Amino acid sequence: MTRRKTPRRPSSSRLRKIPTGIQGLDEITGGGLPGGRPTLVSGGAGAGKTMFGLEFLVRGATQYGEPGVFISFEETIPDLAENALSLGFDLHRLVAEKKLFLDHVSISRAEISETGEFDLDGLFVRIADAVRRVGARRVVLDTVEALFAELPNARILRAEIRRLFGWLKQQGLTTVITAEREGHDKLTRHGIEEFVSDCVILLDHRIREEISTRRLRIVKYRGSTHGTNEYPFLIDENGISVLPISSLGLDHAAPNIRISTGITRLDGMLGGRGFFRGSSILLSGTSGAGKTSVASHFVDAACRRGERCLYFAFEESPTQIVRNMRSIGIDLNPWVSKGLLQFQAARPTYGGIEQHLLVTHKCVSSFKPGVVVVDPITNLLLVSTLGEVRSMLTRMVDFLKTEQITAVFTSLTAGSGTLEANEADVSSLMDTWLLLRTIEAGGELNRALYVLKSRGMDHSNQIREFLLTYDGLRLRDVYLGPDGVLTGSARLAQEGREKAADTSRHQHLASRKRELERKRGIFEARISMLRGEFEVEQEILRRSITESKLLDAELLQDRGQMVRSRDADADAYKKGPSDPPARKRGNGHV
Amino acid sequence: MATSRKAAAPRPRVKAPRKPEAWKLRLYVAGQTPKSVRAFGNLKVLCDEHLKGRYQIEVIDILDHPDMARGDQIVAIPTLVIKLPQAVRKIIGDLSDTDKVLVGLALQQVV
Repeated sequence: MTRRKTPRRPSSSRLRKIPTGIQGLDEITGGGLPGGRPTLVSGGAGAGKTMFGLEFLVRGATQYGEPGVFISFEETIPDLAENALSLGFDLHRLVAEKKLFLDHVSISRAEISETGEFDLDGLFVRIADAVRRVGARRVVLDTVEALFAELPNARILRAEIRRLFGWLKQQGLTTVITAEREGHDKLTRHGIEEFVSDCVILLDHRIREEISTRRLRIVKYRGSTHGTNEYPFLIDENGISVLPISSLGLDHAAPNIRISTGITRLDGMLGGRGFFRGSSILLSGTSGAGKTSVASHFVDAACRRGERCLYFAFEESPTQIVRNMRSIGIDLNPWVSKGLLQFQAARPTYGGIEQHLLVTHKCVSSFKPGVVVVDPITNLLLVSTLGEVRSMLTRMVDFLKTEQITAVFTSLTAGSGTLEANEADVSSLMDTWLLLRTIEAGGELNRALYVLKSRGMDHSNQIREFLLTYDGLRLRDVYLGPDGVLTGSARLAQEGREKAADTSRHQHLASRKRELERKRGIFEARISMLRGEFEVEQEILRRSITESKLLDAELLQDRGQMVRSRDADADAYKKGPSDPPARKRGNGHV
Repeated sequence: MATSRKAAAPRPRVKAPRKPEAWKLRLYVAGQTPKSVRAFGNLKVLCDEHLKGRYQIEVIDILDHPDMARGDQIVAIPTLVIKLPQAVRKIIGDLSDTDKVLVGLALQQVV
């Protein structure tokens, strides 16, 4: 057995951590796996142990400059390479670049017989040689316990495996040892976990109601704090991603920026300026109440501002949404082709709820949207319980807030029951809650909208009717009748009545005005007639005055002429016309 | 490459085959450990007793030829690899259990 030169790392640096490069895992472990030590990854069949090991090596080789050795006890090299390709890892290339060494250890009990004492130096030498060839810092032993099935003498095997772990540690190799979990209480079939005292990770693949969920839990991490929850994880074409949920605190910034809802009058209802950026909005309503339409308005407005939008459609296909929204005058297609709008459509039953959360994370991380729409969240209930949905949404809301992404969640309310009660569980997570409902009155269904709550802003308390027109969503004026808000025909009737009253008032006024005009005409006519009469009389009078003056003058003239013609009398009249007659008379009496 | 190593293998204890059905035995060891030495000794005794003149032993030290260990899928040391016409058999251990070795060599019926 080779004793390789010098150990790479002194054992003193207990807490040196080696990043795995597996998305999310390094956050949970606070930096990665214990450096230079073995880590046990345990899980049932199909839990993702091999993928874990492969990604650990590939990330190490490609991102951290740490070559690796993969010792497979189960899968053949071609199988392994093919599986890795499904995660987007090209093992052959890494092997050719001497960053990776793959060895398949295959033994069959059928061709082996034991005839005395043996050890596992064959395996040791193979590993040591592989490590030397690529200068490996990382080693994966994919289910070393498979040896127990093929080699006799479990006592020797246990001792040898223990020696192997000791040797790997001595070499300062960060090792991942996978093991098949047995039942629920045993991490490994043959109890090899007792040789791995530093770090134990448990992978779980659960199927409930035909939906699978993968979870990861750190059972033990000596000398380090670590998240203790079960973390959901996902294996897809980009490898493994673990979602470190509870590491997110409530320390997200709360921006004061407001963004339009895309519906002017709705902005008006929200203090005149729309939603807060980075807030979460719940749009709940019965089926057909117009949730998708309101959401689409918002998406359209965001795209107009040049923001990216991510639309998770759990109910309709993207083309269906685009087509349907065109009917209310919103064309989302240009935004899709411009790359501003991205649809993620899938039936929720396609994967477990955690899978959806992970998909959300991945999409958001890669697309970096300003607005996210989830339509509708209630469909998630199809695959999970309310509690799980709530916990998932909590995490999603927290995550989106941390990224300062404005999120709109639509929620379908069952036809019966109170609107508010159903979403009570998630509503507390939301900053703004718009309720859309259909109001049945007078033999018809009409749509109404109101703001149930909107944190941090002054908002309208009115129930507003809205119409879905070819030109988009139109909020109508508030009409209050004796039984509350009037909608539809009742509103129209009320509008009609008001209009009629208005018209008649106008007509009345006009007729009064005309009456006045008419009277003024009459009076003016009368006045002019009177003036005419007056003038006539005045003329007559004036004429008669003139005539009488002339007459006077003539009279005087006539009298003078008479005096002159009488002559005798003239002198006496001239001397003293009054005295002489009196004297005459007196003389006669005396 | 492997064949040249075989030719250059140390201590090639080769007995010239007199009959066509000569036994080709390959013993894998890792250095001169007591187990390896013991295994070789046991094998030698056994072959001389049962296969006198009809065998060929090739000892391969995997410290020098790790690739051969991979090629023959050697995990345990020592391992005796017997290439029979129909199949490959591997006998692991220091070959101290003679009966088992003989069964492995198909030289003795299982009782």
